[in-house]
Amino acid sequence: MNAAAIQQYLDFAYILAVVLFILALKWLSSPVSARRGVLAGEVAAGLAVVATLCNPELVAYKWIVIALIIGAGIGIPLGMVKITAVPQRTALSHAFGALSAAMIGIAEYYVGLGHISRFEMGEIGMEVIIGSLTFTGSLIAAGKLQELLPQRPIVYKGQNIVSFSVFGAAIGLAAALVVHPEHAVLFPIMVIVALVFGMLLVTPIGGADMPTVISLLNSYAGFSAALLGFVLNSKVLIVAGALDGSSGFILSVIMCKAMNRSFSNVLFGAFGTIQTSVTETKERPVRSASAEEAAEILDAARKVVIVPGYGMAVAQAQHKLRELHDVLTKRGIDVSFAIHPVAGRMPGHMNVLLAEADVPYDRLIEMDEINPEFPRTDVVLVVGANDVVNPAARLDKNSPIAGMPILNASEAQTVMVIKRSMSPGFAGIDNELYYLDKTLMLFGDAKTFVTGIVKELNAVAAGS
Amino acid sequence: MPADFISNLYVFILAGFVGFGLIKRVSPLLHTPLMSLTNALDAIVVVAAIIITGRHETALSTTLGAIAVAASFSNMVGGFLITDRMIRMFKSGKAKKS
Repeated sequence: MNAAAIQQYLDFAYILAVVLFILALKWLSSPVSARRGVLAGEVAAGLAVVATLCNPELVAYKWIVIALIIGAGIGIPLGMVKITAVPQRTALSHAFGALSAAMIGIAEYYVGLGHISRFEMGEIGMEVIIGSLTFTGSLIAAGKLQELLPQRPIVYKGQNIVSFSVFGAAIGLAAALVVHPEHAVLFPIMVIVALVFGMLLVTPIGGADMPTVISLLNSYAGFSAALLGFVLNSKVLIVAGALDGSSGFILSVIMCKAMNRSFSNVLFGAFGTIQTSVTETKERPVRSASAEEAAEILDAARKVVIVPGYGMAVAQAQHKLRELHDVLTKRGIDVSFAIHPVAGRMPGHMNVLLAEADVPYDRLIEMDEINPEFPRTDVVLVVGANDVVNPAARLDKNSPIAGMPILNASEAQTVMVIKRSMSPGFAGIDNELYYLDKTLMLFGDAKTFVTGIVKELNAVAAGS
Repeated sequence: MPADFISNLYVFILAGFVGFGLIKRVSPLLHTPLMSLTNALDAIVVVAAIIITGRHETALSTTLGAIAVAASFSNMVGGFLITDRMIRMFKSGKAKKS
C-alpha cells in the first residue's frame, strides 16, 4: 500500500472519530445515556490515536512511546482524584490541553522557520498566544482551587492598565512577526509575554468567580486546539476544538447570567474586594436553634428543600445530608435539593458532590424549576450557601448582587440556615434572610450539625 | 489567503453550531462531567503531537512534541476516567430501589 492510500484510510478514521465525538456530546444530554457518550468518546479517541500511529510520516517511535507512557502515568492518577478535588483537576487539565497546543504551535514555527508565510505566521501567533495565556491562567486557577494560592482576589492600583498593556505587547509582537516572520528573536519574547498575561488575567479573580473563569479557560483551551487545527490543516482538531470551545463558552454565558454579571465584570471587576467597607458592623438580633429543635421542625414538615452551597463542599457535609434526606424520606417527607447554577466552584459542582453521596439525581432540582415550589415548602435548610439565597439581589437595587437570580428561600414557611458565624458570604454582603422572623440560625460546622439533626430524628423514630 | 483556510473555516463554523446545539441540551446536572468529557475529546491534539514527535525533524521539535504528547495524552486518559467515574455516580431514585 502506498502512502497516499494509507493517508486516505487515516482520513476515514478521523471522520469516524468526529462522528463519534458528536454522538458522545449528544448522549451526554441525560444521565441515562451519558455512559454511552463516554464510551463513544473513548472509542473515537482510541481510533484516532491508533490511526495516527500508523501514519507513514512517522520515522521514530521511541519518544512517542516514552511520552505516551509518561502521559498515562500522569493521567491515571488525575483520573482517580477524589470527587472533591474535581474543580482543581479540571483547571489543571485545561492547563495541560493549552500547554500541548502551545508546544505544537511553537514547534511548527521553528520547523517552518525561513519559509513561513505571513498568513501562517498570523495563525501560529494567535494560537501560541492563546495557548500560552490559557496555560498559566489555568495553573493559577488550579492553585487557587487547591488553596496553594489565596482564593481572595489579589488586586493593586492600575492593575487593569498593566494587564492590558502586557496583552497589547503580546499582540504587538505577533503583529511584528507577521510582518517579519524570520525575526526569530521576537518569538520567544512573545511566548513569555503571553505566559505573563495569563497569570495577570486570573490572579485578581476571586474564588466565587471560579465557575465562570474555569468555563472561560475551558473555552480558550478549546479554541487554541481549533486554531492549531488551522495551522496544521487538521479538520479533526478543528472540530474537537470547536466543540470544546463552544461548550466552555456556553457554560461561561450560563455562569455569567446566573450572577447577573458581564464577562468583563468577572475578568476585571475583582469581585469580593469592594464590600468589607460597606458591611455594617452593628449587631442585629437573630433567632438561633439547636439540633434538637431543628429536628423537631423538620419532622413536622411535609415538604423540605435543602439549599447546598460551597460551604457544604468545604465541610464535606454531603454524605450527612444524604442521610438526612433518607431519614426524612422514610418518614414520608418530600425532600429535594435546590441547585443554583453558580453554587460551588465550577459548573455542576453541587450535583457531582451529591451524586457521589448517593442522592438520587431526580432529587436535584434546578433553580428555575424549584423557585415556584418555595411558597409551598414548609422548611428550607440552607447549608453553606449565602449569596444565592440573599433576597437583596431582588429587593435592593444598590446591592452589589442586585439582579442576580436567586433561590427564593425566603418564601418558605420556615428557613433554617447552618452557618459557622454571622460573617458575611463571599460577596461580603449582609444577608437579610438571616434576620427574618421565620429564620432560625443553626450555628456550627455543617457536617457536625447535620449529624446532630440526623441523630435526633433517629432517636424520635426509635421512640415512636 | 490559502484555499485550505476557507474550507477549514467552513468546518470550524459548522462544528461550532453543532457544538452550540448539542451543549445547550446537556442537562445542568451533568455540567461538571461535560467539562471533563470535552476536555478529554479536546485531547485529540495528541494526534498532532504524535506526528510532530515522530517526524523527528529537529531536536527541538521532537522535545516540544514529546511534551505535548505527554500533556495531551494525560488529559485523554484522565479525562475519560474521571468522566466515567462521575457519570456512574448519577443514579435515579427508581434505579436505587430496584
